[in-house]
Amino acid sequence: MHYLFEPGLFASGPVRTALLVGTIVAVTSGVIGVFTVIRGQSFAGHALADVATTGGSGAFLIGLNQFWGFLAAGIAAAALMEGIGVQRRRGRDVATGVVLGAALGAAALFLYLGTLHTSTTGASFTVLFGSIFVISPDTVPALIASGVIALVVVALLTRVLLLSSLSSDLARAKGVPVRAVGIGYLAALAVSVSLAAVAIGAVLSTALLIGPSATALRVTKSPGWAMAASALTGVAATWIGIVLAYDSFYWPPHGHGWPVSFFVVTLVLIGYLLTYVKRPRRLAPRSPHEGAECSPA
Amino acid sequence: MTNEAAQRVAAARATQPELLTLDDIGVRLGGRQVLSDVTFSLRKGEFTGIIGPNGAGKTTLLRVILGLLEPSGGQVLINGEPVDSKSKSAIGYVPQKLVIDPDMPLRARDVVGLGLDGHRLGFAFPSRQRRDQIDAALSDVGAARYADARVGELSGGEQQRVLIAHALISRPKLLLLDEPLANLDLKSEQEIVAVLGRLAREHQIAILLSAHDMNPLLGVMDRIVYVANGRVASGPTDEVVTSEGLTRLYGHRVDVVRVQNRVLVVAGE
Repeated sequence: MHYLFEPGLFASGPVRTALLVGTIVAVTSGVIGVFTVIRGQSFAGHALADVATTGGSGAFLIGLNQFWGFLAAGIAAAALMEGIGVQRRRGRDVATGVVLGAALGAAALFLYLGTLHTSTTGASFTVLFGSIFVISPDTVPALIASGVIALVVVALLTRVLLLSSLSSDLARAKGVPVRAVGIGYLAALAVSVSLAAVAIGAVLSTALLIGPSATALRVTKSPGWAMAASALTGVAATWIGIVLAYDSFYWPPHGHGWPVSFFVVTLVLIGYLLTYVKRPRRLAPRSPHEGAECSPA
Repeated sequence: MTNEAAQRVAAARATQPELLTLDDIGVRLGGRQVLSDVTFSLRKGEFTGIIGPNGAGKTTLLRVILGLLEPSGGQVLINGEPVDSKSKSAIGYVPQKLVIDPDMPLRARDVVGLGLDGHRLGFAFPSRQRRDQIDAALSDVGAARYADARVGELSGGEQQRVLIAHALISRPKLLLLDEPLANLDLKSEQEIVAVLGRLAREHQIAILLSAHDMNPLLGVMDRIVYVANGRVASGPTDEVVTSEGLTRLYGHRVDVVRVQNRVLVVAGE
């Protein structure tokens, strides 16, 4: 017999660090993810996550904290993607085949070389699936600062991002430097993916980026509420995931906790599926002639 | 156009300075000359249709006026001056049919709010004044009923009204609309034309609207800019849309046939 909330849960240092980092990661991913979904850039999120894997494993190999590897590789990838136009559909196919495969190949090499040195598989697991319980307290300020910077950038760009999502021509006609705004956004996205990679792993980072925002977009109507709901959904999934992972120490196989990432992404999926059970949003009645081509040519 | 309307326009043109002037504009795209010798002007409160077959260069012309495309020759003037960022704010724009995802978290009122300050940094802080301004713009185009609905869930005609309100809220002197009647059912088409005609008359906004069919616009259009064969002919509709005039423009014989207040342009023998 044990309690779900162990009496010592919130007194444990690693758990407190995990909850703190988990919160900043979930808020950053949730808010930035809303724009990723409405701009149709979840592909960019995946690409950044793949390249971040390379950076993280490389950093591990040379003895750096993997966050810096994720971040450096993510920012470099964002710049490269902007350069070769991966945001355009045709560019995507080319980039997928050429760059991302190579990046994951390099990650495989780094992780293999890593196991030769440390003779454990811990590194691979940490890079690929996260390490929220073993975050060194030294990196916490850097994680928080990065999250705050990314959030400030997106907060500043909120209106121009919405306007250019509606129509880039409309934004350009109003004098918005659409390309510069896109670069700023992509950089914030790279930071957000790196943070999520620390928490739930490079491979799963997009789950925290896309899942809560897709959920929020199904139940809210306005941009402010969508961002708030997305952040809250992400925080809820992360906190419950951390508590369950802590508790799972007592689950079979006894004495080995289950990975936090498993719980977080499962909860994110459950949240998304719940929006299909009950859909509170009104569907506007459509004109019966909707879409009909009636204009005499 | 009725006689009375023709007189009104003629009188207005005589006293009004030019609001928008296109002076000998040429456009090259991908090494090909797509438009040349484009010269016409708009005055306050005038309703002008840019009419021509698909692919004639109507959108290109609007993009040049908006400064989204650099012409290869000639100049665009607003109030007689070359366009700068300040005079550009006098232009409202409704782009060609947007595909708005139903999941886009924007209500009709959010879209109109973006017309007010969507080019600025930071958040828009809600205020009584801002809300009233948005409500007024939506009422102006008859869209108040669905102010709080997601714009992606509205019908084509409803979205078009919301986008017009988005363009109007910054109180432009000139409103450019790119094929606003495309893909609308007949009823919405008539309603949108009526709204635009009223805006031109009551608010004295110059309207420049592109369409591939001039017929829905005949009741409200003061002037026409007919685009074909890389060139334009402009003036009062009755003077421009004639068999001789359009034959000259197209460079081959076309016949203009008037049937029951409708105009048909058909290829000649």
